Amino acid sequence: MDITRLTIHETNDALKKGEVTFEEVTRAYADRIDALDDNLKAYLLKNREKALEAARTMDKSGVKGDKAPLAGIPYALKDNMCSEGLTTTCASKILANFVPPYNADVYDRLIAEGGILLGKANMDEFAMGSSTENSAYQTTHNPWDTSKVPGGSSGGSAVAVAADMACYALGSDTGGSIRQPASLCGVVGMKPTYGLVSRYGLVAFASSLDQIGPFTKDVEDCALVMNAITGHDAKDSTSLDVAKKDYTRTLKDGVKGMKIGIGRSFSGEGVQPEVQKAMDDAAAILKDNGAQIVDVDFHYLDQALAAYYIIACAEASSNLARYDGVRYGVRADEYTDYIDMYFKTRTQGFGPEVKRRIMLGTYALSSGYYDAYYKKAMQVRTMIVEDFNQVFADCDLMLTPTAAKTAFGIGEKIGNPLDMYLSDLFTVPVNIAGIPAVSIPGGLDQAGMPIGLQLMGPILTEDRILQTAYTLEQAIGFRANQPKCK
Amino acid sequence: MDYDIVIGMEIHAELATKTKIFCSCSTAFGADENTHTCPVCLGMPGVLPVLNKKVVEYATKAGLALNCHIANFSKMDRKNYFYPDLPKAYQTSQFDLPICTGGTVDIEVGGETKHIGITRIHIEEDAGKLLHESADGTLVDVNRCGVPLIEIVTEPDLRGAEEARVFAEKVRNTLEYTGVSDCKMEEGSIRFDVNLSVKEKGSDVLGTRTEMKNLNSFRALQRAIQYESKRQIIELKKGHRIIQETRKWDDVKGVSSSMRSKEEAQDYRYFPEPDLVPIIITDEEIAKSKAELPELPEAKRARYVSEYGLPEYDAGVLTASKVTAKYFEDTVALYNEPKQISNWLMVDIPAHLKEKELSMETIPFGPDALAELLKMVKDDTISGKIGKSVLEKMFESGDRPKAIVEANNWAQMSDSSELMGIIEKIVDDNPKSVEDIAAGNKKAYGFLTGQVMKATKGQANPQLANKIIREVVGKKING
Repeated sequence: MDITRLTIHETNDALKKGEVTFEEVTRAYADRIDALDDNLKAYLLKNREKALEAARTMDKSGVKGDKAPLAGIPYALKDNMCSEGLTTTCASKILANFVPPYNADVYDRLIAEGGILLGKANMDEFAMGSSTENSAYQTTHNPWDTSKVPGGSSGGSAVAVAADMACYALGSDTGGSIRQPASLCGVVGMKPTYGLVSRYGLVAFASSLDQIGPFTKDVEDCALVMNAITGHDAKDSTSLDVAKKDYTRTLKDGVKGMKIGIGRSFSGEGVQPEVQKAMDDAAAILKDNGAQIVDVDFHYLDQALAAYYIIACAEASSNLARYDGVRYGVRADEYTDYIDMYFKTRTQGFGPEVKRRIMLGTYALSSGYYDAYYKKAMQVRTMIVEDFNQVFADCDLMLTPTAAKTAFGIGEKIGNPLDMYLSDLFTVPVNIAGIPAVSIPGGLDQAGMPIGLQLMGPILTEDRILQTAYTLEQAIGFRANQPKCK
Repeated sequence: MDYDIVIGMEIHAELATKTKIFCSCSTAFGADENTHTCPVCLGMPGVLPVLNKKVVEYATKAGLALNCHIANFSKMDRKNYFYPDLPKAYQTSQFDLPICTGGTVDIEVGGETKHIGITRIHIEEDAGKLLHESADGTLVDVNRCGVPLIEIVTEPDLRGAEEARVFAEKVRNTLEYTGVSDCKMEEGSIRFDVNLSVKEKGSDVLGTRTEMKNLNSFRALQRAIQYESKRQIIELKKGHRIIQETRKWDDVKGVSSSMRSKEEAQDYRYFPEPDLVPIIITDEEIAKSKAELPELPEAKRARYVSEYGLPEYDAGVLTASKVTAKYFEDTVALYNEPKQISNWLMVDIPAHLKEKELSMETIPFGPDALAELLKMVKDDTISGKIGKSVLEKMFESGDRPKAIVEANNWAQMSDSSELMGIIEKIVDDNPKSVEDIAAGNKKAYGFLTGQVMKATKGQANPQLANKIIREVVGKKING
């Protein structure tokens, strides 16, 4: 049995049957990380010894796989989720030495489930980017073709799962940072409804857009992780106080009678032909399974991207102001006074993309520009919410490509920020409206790179989205493919 | 040429919540540096604020007490600026939708009532403190970070130092009464900022204003206004222009000096706080807060006049402080002699408090002890004079007045047979006085009374002594 090829539910079955021990499971993943990660560079911090120790403790205590679906399942956390006693760097030099004295709420929930943390995953610095090339430490490689980017900003988490270096991982999605790398790496990635998963302990990029979600090997696993990480958290004022759902309950109920909208604005010349074909195939599968396919119109794709970059940067300029070298993190060695300390610390500590966004955001909030930029962007935000309401009046879910194109080459877009920003075009409207969406693998292009399909729904329809995704997944059978990791 | 002084004030008051505005750290004053802190008020990465409900309740009550409109919908905003005492590099405050708007406070100055408009009251968090005394550089104390504040902003309705002081006192009393702030000036829990300009008398055109921040006593407030208005008038008379700027008031030197000009003022880049949800207050909650408001100074004052029959002046003095008013009412409840109690609370007790550097909060005996003392004075167990000595001992030892009177054998001599003996002897020893009285000089009675008091070391009941003196002298004269 190749343990690391197993999904969460398969591993859990094996654990329950006593076919494997917790230690064997963790060791298999830890060994695979040791074997592959020097090339793939998905992990910023490897937690091998502590993970093995935790697994051994579980074996000794007589806990079995039936304790919880995630008990003993090894996973990775994106390095912007606080983990007590372990550095949490956000892939930034400014937090190189930052060890939080508290846990992110999601980490606490996974600890309670008996999860085994394998390590902290690489990312674009402060989650700003679409390729994970903006990490201050290392560039993560796409396991399907290591000359390609894994997407971003949660590229490390996506690669960890795609290359079987974690059974699942958590990422954060501000404008597509889970779904786009999931798409580029051929795994399942979900951005839940804003407020469904606590943001406490997630280092903020753009507070009104950030949302934590899972990377998994299949849709059923996604439902299991969602079951574990959702729930009200009094520490997060924006956390939704809604009844907890079991996302596995309706997973296999099919799509009969469901109305699936195909957004016309999400196709056209910018979309790679194989991506378009995967879309058409998916629509056909859904139709064959009894769903009704309808055309819908989403009007504000371009405006959404513009509004996104203003809102996200504005919030980021304020959220990242606390990295001033006064209380924690890295401080410049030499400075003349406190103003100079700020300048030098932030000049040395932040990378170019972070600086660019701080400047954009500061500008957008400045007196005299606020109305033209931030306020206008917030008005566009309202229009987008209304537009989605219109769309979902005509259909239950909307099917789109996650990204117009499959993974691009490392270094290809890093010199052209605008081009890079465009890779989030299909994912940002979801964050702006706060609605849920999933990306699932829809096949491979001619170069053997994964294609992602995105399903969006109205707020709190994760169950319906996963149910539809499951139907597609079963028909597509993507898991037969495996990346070469070379 | 004559000038009008135009003043608007901003008053910051710390709310009397037990915990901070966004975390559960204590707000207690005077703790060791950085002991009342947690990841939230330290602004660590990834932490989130949760608004303390008490803050909303207290701000609502403050607004109601100052006759404001309470917004059903308001929100928090971020005010962005870098300073080492501000861990998040933004202060969470309220910008365009504050919790309270459009209030008014009536003040009486020179026998006239004046309405002072309250523009708005908003909620915000306090910043930390920089400690510059260390040789290693500047240190930061974060204890005060996140202590909840309200900022009260007035219309430019105040016309001078006196009005400003009366207004500030009124606001302070009201907040203290309402229980939303302890208003301890010495701990900085209430601070005053003054925006001041002068204009030609009768002109509609406002002059350029200056701002003086963090005045933390009524005296400083009054002096700073007097100085700054004079300075501006002199400048204008010289033909100079007033520069819009923040000025620092030096209370020791009694002068204000330029700190920074508004032209280089910061752009705070306010925007809605995305980590918090809007503040929704229902009409029912507003009504509940209103019902919970205690009797405010004005109403109390009127009641003291009507219910206790006190003069206006007494009512004003007693209600000027919540603690004094409570002490008064508690004493009256035990011993229903309002005017007598008022006299002692206004004159004798403050004199001792001042001398001993105490306040009504730290007075060493309770209303029951005061009632006991005043009863003894009233029923002639002791004289008023002895009563004052007893009071002094009460301040020194905290002992009960009865015990003090007994220990010192201060009870008045009210036994007529005992007094009779003493008086007969004094009358016998002073035949001249008796002759004087017989000749119609009644003043000699006073001399005899004095002799009796001297002989009894002040313990003779004066009324009784007088009565007996008259009897004895009468017998002497009439044979």
